[in-house]
Amino acid sequence: MFIVKLVRAWITPLIALLIAFSIGAILMITQGADPMRAYQSLFTTAFTTQEGLAKTFGKATPLAISGLAVVIGLRAGLFNIGAQGQLISGALAAAWAGYAITGLPMIAHVPLCLLIGALFGSIVGYIAGALKAYRGIHEVITTIMLNSIVLQLAEYLSNGPLKEEGSIIARTPDILDSAKIGTVSGLPIGFLLSGLLALGVWWIFKKTTTGFRFETVGKNKNAAWYAGIAVKRNTVFAMVACGALAGFGGAVETLGVVGKFEPAFNQGLGFDGITIALLARANPLAVIPGAILFGGMRGAGPTMQFSAGVSPEIIDLILAIVLFFVTAPIISRVLKLKSDSNTQVTSGWGSN
Amino acid sequence: MPVYIYLVIFAIAVAYSFNPVSTVAVAASSITFGLPLAMAAMVGIMCERTGVVNIGIEGTLLTSSFFGFFVAALSQNLIWGLLAAIASGAVTGLLLALLTVSWKMDQIIAGTIVNILATGLTSFFYKQGYSLPAIFPRWSIPGLSEIPFLGRVFFQSGPITYFGLILIFVLYFAIYRTPWGLRTRAVGEYPSSAETSGISVLKLKYTNVIIAGAFGGLTGAYLTLELVGSFDRGFSAGKGFTALAIMIFGRWNPIGALLAAIFFGFAQALANQLMIDGLVNIPGPFINMLPYVLTIVVLAFSAGKVRGPAAAGQPYEREQA
Repeated sequence: MFIVKLVRAWITPLIALLIAFSIGAILMITQGADPMRAYQSLFTTAFTTQEGLAKTFGKATPLAISGLAVVIGLRAGLFNIGAQGQLISGALAAAWAGYAITGLPMIAHVPLCLLIGALFGSIVGYIAGALKAYRGIHEVITTIMLNSIVLQLAEYLSNGPLKEEGSIIARTPDILDSAKIGTVSGLPIGFLLSGLLALGVWWIFKKTTTGFRFETVGKNKNAAWYAGIAVKRNTVFAMVACGALAGFGGAVETLGVVGKFEPAFNQGLGFDGITIALLARANPLAVIPGAILFGGMRGAGPTMQFSAGVSPEIIDLILAIVLFFVTAPIISRVLKLKSDSNTQVTSGWGSN
Repeated sequence: MPVYIYLVIFAIAVAYSFNPVSTVAVAASSITFGLPLAMAAMVGIMCERTGVVNIGIEGTLLTSSFFGFFVAALSQNLIWGLLAAIASGAVTGLLLALLTVSWKMDQIIAGTIVNILATGLTSFFYKQGYSLPAIFPRWSIPGLSEIPFLGRVFFQSGPITYFGLILIFVLYFAIYRTPWGLRTRAVGEYPSSAETSGISVLKLKYTNVIIAGAFGGLTGAYLTLELVGSFDRGFSAGKGFTALAIMIFGRWNPIGALLAAIFFGFAQALANQLMIDGLVNIPGPFINMLPYVLTIVVLAFSAGKVRGPAAAGQPYEREQA
């Protein structure tokens, strides 16, 4: 029974990946490139070379954490498209804390930076959560708008008040050594943290009343209300948790990979987080392998340009196709699987 | 008319007496910036009136401006570009209809898929170094364009502007005064009773969502072939989402949305003009974020008070006999 369940859970994502890579291959052929060579260079670079692995895990870390931020939302009936903005907010705040707060030992400086990142991410999440709970505005619109607002703010700050002196491009100064997080036997500590977070999120939904409340509100607001759950407060709390996680992810990226804040660096991470969360069927533990795969593709994507002449944007397209086949009920229909419970996150604009 | 429009008219009238040149520029740009938002909001209105939440407007705009630009650039013919934009917009509508109406997917996720697919497609196939032969020229309507102020603001625009404005009024009339509009509203409010009275709910949903997509395609054509004249990755820059806010602000009514969009355009145009005239010194990023902040503020004040079509967002399941 367990095996059957396991196969059921994995078969749709696996087939979706297979289809996406096949369509990707056809597109490469139409562009006169050799898909076998492109994929080979992609995966050998990403998963067998030392440098490639470092990049893979470096990219996988914020992807995993923003994926988890989307998972919490999905479980609570919220579609958090705003992981991007929450992540940038956390990344910038952590960069500021990393260079501006001096004289702390590493044991205090690193956690402080991470906390500040999570705090700023959660502020962005709170705005969307409160607008949803108390004004009834759908979180998809507010989080998209907040993504743009935060990006503009970050550009202003990193090109103005927080700009590195003498720098031509918009970026903050380098963070201090006491704020950097390194690696343990090749694995970035940040990635290990994301693994712990995945376990934590899994545990919250498996064992705690908080997780149970989130899920009850996500499944049926009226039933949750009838059962005495404070629906609005839960909605706000869930968005704050999403934001804190994504902000933490941004902070980890600043401290562990980038070493400063540069607006161009974190583009698109939050959106990949959405694809990963849906690929993982909102299961926190499945987010990790998804993030490693995506991290490898994102990290090694540019090498396909050199080795096979394929533009790295093919990755965008492949991931979009993955998302399409994971969420659209095509595969389960063809295979005559009992339709997987469809995720429902739509609610009216002005109601509830 | 809503109060804020009187405020805008009053502000323009006062400003005109002090500085006519800048005021005319602001008023004209209000239309230029507002029109694509109004047209994109029509996409949302047509879909939601039939009970389909369309969060994929952004993807429709992106796809259609992509095809509009590249078909026009490759054929060196704007008309082909316009047709390609409309057709590709209709295809995104078809995709959304397939996902939401036939497959009954969650409509928000379906719209997000349209958006992410559009981003993937347009960024992969995007090539640098192409340019349009020209953009659609402005037509000064003889006589009308001579009127002071109003002539410059309304009657010296491009063909898609005129056409789009006319279509918005046609849509208003169609929704409230034609059998099609009545059926559409019925399906958006209470589909099973509409079905009982003999309306084919699924067919009407498909038709409307596809026509709406074509209208979104026209919007994309306006952006690339009449307004900007170029295309870049991420070209639509969130206009599709702002359009949803405008739809709500305009209470799912085409004229209401048009006025709301002009208000948005006015805010943007005013900020730009104040910068150009050197009257205020706001850093660029704050000007750029204005439409997004305005969207949230407007929604925060209007969303609780208005009610959209009752069946929007719910998949329709025909009852089994």
